[in-house]
Amino acid sequence: MAQFFPHSANAYARMSLVLAGVLAAALGLAGDRLQRSPYVTKEGLRPEQPVPFSHQHHVGGLGIDCRYCHTSVENSSFAGIPPTKTCMNCHSQIWTNAGMLEPVRASFRDNKSLVWQRVHDLPDFVYFSHEIHVNKGVGCKSCHGPVDEMPLMYQNATLQMEWCLACHRDTATVLRPREEVFNMQYKEPSRGNPVRFAGVDYFDQMKLGAAIQKEYHIRNKFELTSCDTCHR
Amino acid sequence: MATDGPHNVPTPKPGNDLVQIGAPPAKAPKLELEAVRQQLSTARGPQYWRSLEELADHEGFAEMMEREFPRHVSEWTDAVSRRGFLKLMSASLALAGLSACTKQPDETIVPYVQQPEELIPGVPQYYATARPSAMGAQPLLVKSHMYRPIKVEGNPEHASSRGASDVYSQASVLDVYDPDRSQTITYLGNTRTWGDFLGALRDAAGGEKAKQGTGLRFLTETVTSPTLAAQFRQVLAAFPQARLYQYEPVNRDSARAGSRLAFGQYVDAQYQLENADVIVSLDADFLGGPYFPNFLKLAKDFAGRRKLDGKEMNRLYVVESQMSPTGGKADNRLALRAWEVEQFAAALAGAVGAGGNGTVDSDAAKRFMSTLAADLKAHSGRCVVIPGEQQTPAVHALAAAMNSALGAVGKTVIYTDTVEPVPSEQMLGIKELVDEMKAGKVSLLVMLGGNPVFNVPADLDLKGGLEKVPLRIQLSAYKDETSRYCHWQVAQAHYLESWSDARAFDGTVTVVQPLIEPLYGGRTAHDILGILSETPGQSSYDLVKAYWKSQSKAADFDAEWRRILHDGFVAGSQFPAKTVSAKAVAVPAPAKKDQLEIVFRPDPSIYDGRYINNGWLQELAKPITKLTWDNAVLMSYNYAIANKYHDQQTVEINVGGRKVKGGVKIVPGHPDGSITVHLGYGREFTGRVGAGTGFNAYALRTGANANTALGATLTPVDGKWQLAVTQHHHLIEGNHVINADLAQGQSLAGEAAVSRGMIRSAVLEEFEKNPNFANEGAFEAPPLDMTLFGENGHYSWTTDPAKTSAHQWGMTIDLNSCVGCNTCVIACQAENNIPVVGKEQVLMGREMQWLRIDAYFQSAASDVANPRLYFQPVPCMHCENAPCEPVCPVGATVHSPEGLNNMVYNRCVGTRYCSNNCPYKVRRFNFLLYADFDTESLKGVRNPDVSVRSRGVMEKCTYCVQRITGARIQAEKEDRKVRDGEVVTACQQACPTDAIVFGDMNDPNSRVNKIKKQQRNYAMLAEVNTRPRTTYVASVLNPNMQLENRVEKKSEHGG
Repeated sequence: MAQFFPHSANAYARMSLVLAGVLAAALGLAGDRLQRSPYVTKEGLRPEQPVPFSHQHHVGGLGIDCRYCHTSVENSSFAGIPPTKTCMNCHSQIWTNAGMLEPVRASFRDNKSLVWQRVHDLPDFVYFSHEIHVNKGVGCKSCHGPVDEMPLMYQNATLQMEWCLACHRDTATVLRPREEVFNMQYKEPSRGNPVRFAGVDYFDQMKLGAAIQKEYHIRNKFELTSCDTCHR
Repeated sequence: MATDGPHNVPTPKPGNDLVQIGAPPAKAPKLELEAVRQQLSTARGPQYWRSLEELADHEGFAEMMEREFPRHVSEWTDAVSRRGFLKLMSASLALAGLSACTKQPDETIVPYVQQPEELIPGVPQYYATARPSAMGAQPLLVKSHMYRPIKVEGNPEHASSRGASDVYSQASVLDVYDPDRSQTITYLGNTRTWGDFLGALRDAAGGEKAKQGTGLRFLTETVTSPTLAAQFRQVLAAFPQARLYQYEPVNRDSARAGSRLAFGQYVDAQYQLENADVIVSLDADFLGGPYFPNFLKLAKDFAGRRKLDGKEMNRLYVVESQMSPTGGKADNRLALRAWEVEQFAAALAGAVGAGGNGTVDSDAAKRFMSTLAADLKAHSGRCVVIPGEQQTPAVHALAAAMNSALGAVGKTVIYTDTVEPVPSEQMLGIKELVDEMKAGKVSLLVMLGGNPVFNVPADLDLKGGLEKVPLRIQLSAYKDETSRYCHWQVAQAHYLESWSDARAFDGTVTVVQPLIEPLYGGRTAHDILGILSETPGQSSYDLVKAYWKSQSKAADFDAEWRRILHDGFVAGSQFPAKTVSAKAVAVPAPAKKDQLEIVFRPDPSIYDGRYINNGWLQELAKPITKLTWDNAVLMSYNYAIANKYHDQQTVEINVGGRKVKGGVKIVPGHPDGSITVHLGYGREFTGRVGAGTGFNAYALRTGANANTALGATLTPVDGKWQLAVTQHHHLIEGNHVINADLAQGQSLAGEAAVSRGMIRSAVLEEFEKNPNFANEGAFEAPPLDMTLFGENGHYSWTTDPAKTSAHQWGMTIDLNSCVGCNTCVIACQAENNIPVVGKEQVLMGREMQWLRIDAYFQSAASDVANPRLYFQPVPCMHCENAPCEPVCPVGATVHSPEGLNNMVYNRCVGTRYCSNNCPYKVRRFNFLLYADFDTESLKGVRNPDVSVRSRGVMEKCTYCVQRITGARIQAEKEDRKVRDGEVVTACQQACPTDAIVFGDMNDPNSRVNKIKKQQRNYAMLAEVNTRPRTTYVASVLNPNMQLENRVEKKSEHGG
């Protein structure tokens, strides 16, 4: 009986096995990359807003403190989005005719809220508290990035769980003195740039972080990575 | 399918032939009395059981024990074709893989235009208010999140609640968001504006004014608002011939008439149980719930004397006509038919020297009466007699006479003015009104609240009367039976949407403050009366403020007013004690003794029917029967056996020719020759939640026999009345291997109670001799180092420094204090966004409440008919060695360093291994999408600090982790530890008797630690070495041993 398959079929069979494996791995890898890509995480995306508000101008240029607008950041889980009134505090005096600000004036005139696109949006089963982070020495910049250099607001990190856990596993990497939390110009300590904390100059973030952990009674990594820290 | 809240909950029609699940297997519906007796006679020590069916049918219950859910629950009972099944499967498989990869949807964020000054977004605010009730206002503190009321608590500064709350208050927040509430003003069913209504009412009132108000009648629910009463006085002055009638079906007529008999005037009796050593309840269910006046204070004071903290323990005698929570908690209990209670009271009054002439028939009752009389006389001045609200006026008068003769007045009871500014006997009033209407004397009827067409006595032809009234106006929260007989129906604002005031039972003036603008444009009674007043256009707020300004002596009333609103009450406004003297009354000799008696009671869950559309209350298992979504014909098992009735049998009740069909439920401890029905069910026109539930007991009730009627007959009817009873859900299996000796002869649930020490109890004498009774015997946990697995198996939470936090949370539940009132269950449901599943799902054992209250009956072999009752609230135990944790394949349930057993919803894939492995059966699984993701208004009631769970996710008690986190963040901001008492769980906060205590076990001075150090403290199922963080405080009873027959005097380990 003649053979149905030529000899070369063996090679094809082996090759297709290998290819199937490679394909599966590639799919897995692609899925993994996709899951971490800005398409899913929205990292770096600048959604269209009713008013092209520039943090670069207001924070970096004018030096307005974060808390002027985000009033509840120290007292609530929610940092707060400024009411139209906050905008109008200044813009009833300056740039009163700027076309760009018409939606703000309309909102104030008609008593209708501005509807912003949310940039930093955690899933509903995650309970993040601004209050505890800023009170324990986590700078705004550590999560939100160089806001003072952002003409339009974007998400500076993935906001995925692995990103949260990176700090929660070792808080010493990010902690800074409380009084520096809202300082956008703050630089991590380095050889030429010491940071003074509790009367001591620190030249190394890990050493500074360890000192702050102790002074501020930061909970340990077992506590901070316990599920109920963020999920409930 | 089923949803959360009052929306779209499937409610099968009674008699629907569902698969019989959840109830005991249908094999042997009959109860064999002899079998029960025999079963018990072989047992040693105390007898515990969960129900009578269980006692009789040993084998059938094994299945309920062994299985997490009853058989068939996981089976696919719908007829689905193979093809349809494959389609479904392939679709769900395709979706299953993708569900983890979804992208977050884009969301918007909407700030204020001008933010209110006092608001910090994300931080809740609390406002003091009160839930008005004919039984005295319940003072409340309501949590508001971004101006949405989401949780109700008792007002801790108010003497009438001291922080505790009740089921109706807890559940009332759901009603605010009920989409079925009336939302418009209608005239003959067509929508109209407020302006239209204003015009119509003014025109009609103008006509009445010319006639001095001859044809004007008001019908309101019980008025407890001083401001409303003042408004009425003003309106009645302007319309001198007009009249005000008050009517509620559950009223205080007996107390009022009794007070009139004894004192010649209307007074309220305020019991001071903190001073009482001996308490006698004459059919008074004062520990049962908010349907008893001043329940919160009475329960707290009663339990305060049972904590064994140095104060002498009180003793409670209960004579009652049904099994009630109060009877269950009684030290000595006697079951009598309702009409016999009057005779008993009269005989007791005679025996204590208060003048009485009653005759007591049975030997047991005679012995009970004489022993009780002796005990009362021995405790003269330190005892009190409490008459039941549904008892006769004579019982109230006799109780007053006894309290007077026993020197109780001024010590354990004081008499004060009534809560209502205008006290009345409402059954007489409503009859008069109907007579007037039928005689054509009424031309304008204004009904403010209430649903009289549904709930007036059946012998009154209210409908016929209404048809003769030319203009009928109704203010009501729902379109109900009465609305159909009215020209105008005005949507009523919920109390959390209104300004008003009310008196708490002790007389303290309590302000009702709105938490939110009326969601559906509702109006208050103040608004409607305002139209008829001399000064129309005043808001409810203006009226209330102006009234109290007129009553205030403060120089700066605005400051005073701010303080009143802040505190929620007017300090020092409680009624002073009145000096009254009680006259003796004679009771007539009873007639028609042998007839079947029917007793009407308010429903523990839906009260008089007003809460019928509240899903939380509908699904709440009633304290004794554990019945949900229904009422039933309650009867004793002797009576049932004698007449061959069995559970869930449909019967027709006939009272004087009025007939209603209902389902039978046999209740241990119910007196023979008597049936009890709960009012409020069987509504014709109500919302989607309440529709089709239960039967209408009002149809049997006449004005003369509003509480009890003799001469009822029962006829069996074909068909089964499916009752969703949760008594057998989540049963825990006994252990006859370890404790074969103790388990012998026990029923299965009883076996668990005894052989595993679920319930531990002793009488006071025993406890004094052996304070360690609760921890003797074979229940102890194995030593810490006992393990099969070498080093790795060592118990580590207290020894591994890396896993040990400063705080270690724990809870204790005091069995002595718990009265089974269910407030904690609703509080937990409200706090934790727990969905409602509907009757069909409850029948399958799928109710979702995280906290359940197990009820164990206990009796001696000779006296199954008169059991004692133990209530045992069972939340998650937060085991240190949690059996659920190692079996989870995805690590969705894990331990926190603070000792919490966390449930991580977003990790859970729904294998249900954890709940399979939980010895306490406290895990709940979302078999379907129970949470309502669609109904817009219901989103408002959710607690934003707790995730709303979706289908396929396991959930359970978290120890209110959101509250722990909140307190911890506050403490950490202040660089300190969390203080004792800073974290209060929802169940603990709601508890009227302080039975639940939560706190830090690492803090040597914490309350929870002090209680855990007591010798009575024990762990449930300690022998399986789960090391639960929730522990129980064993019960100690104080029975009069001369009467005691429920407790064996000598037993190995209490009981």
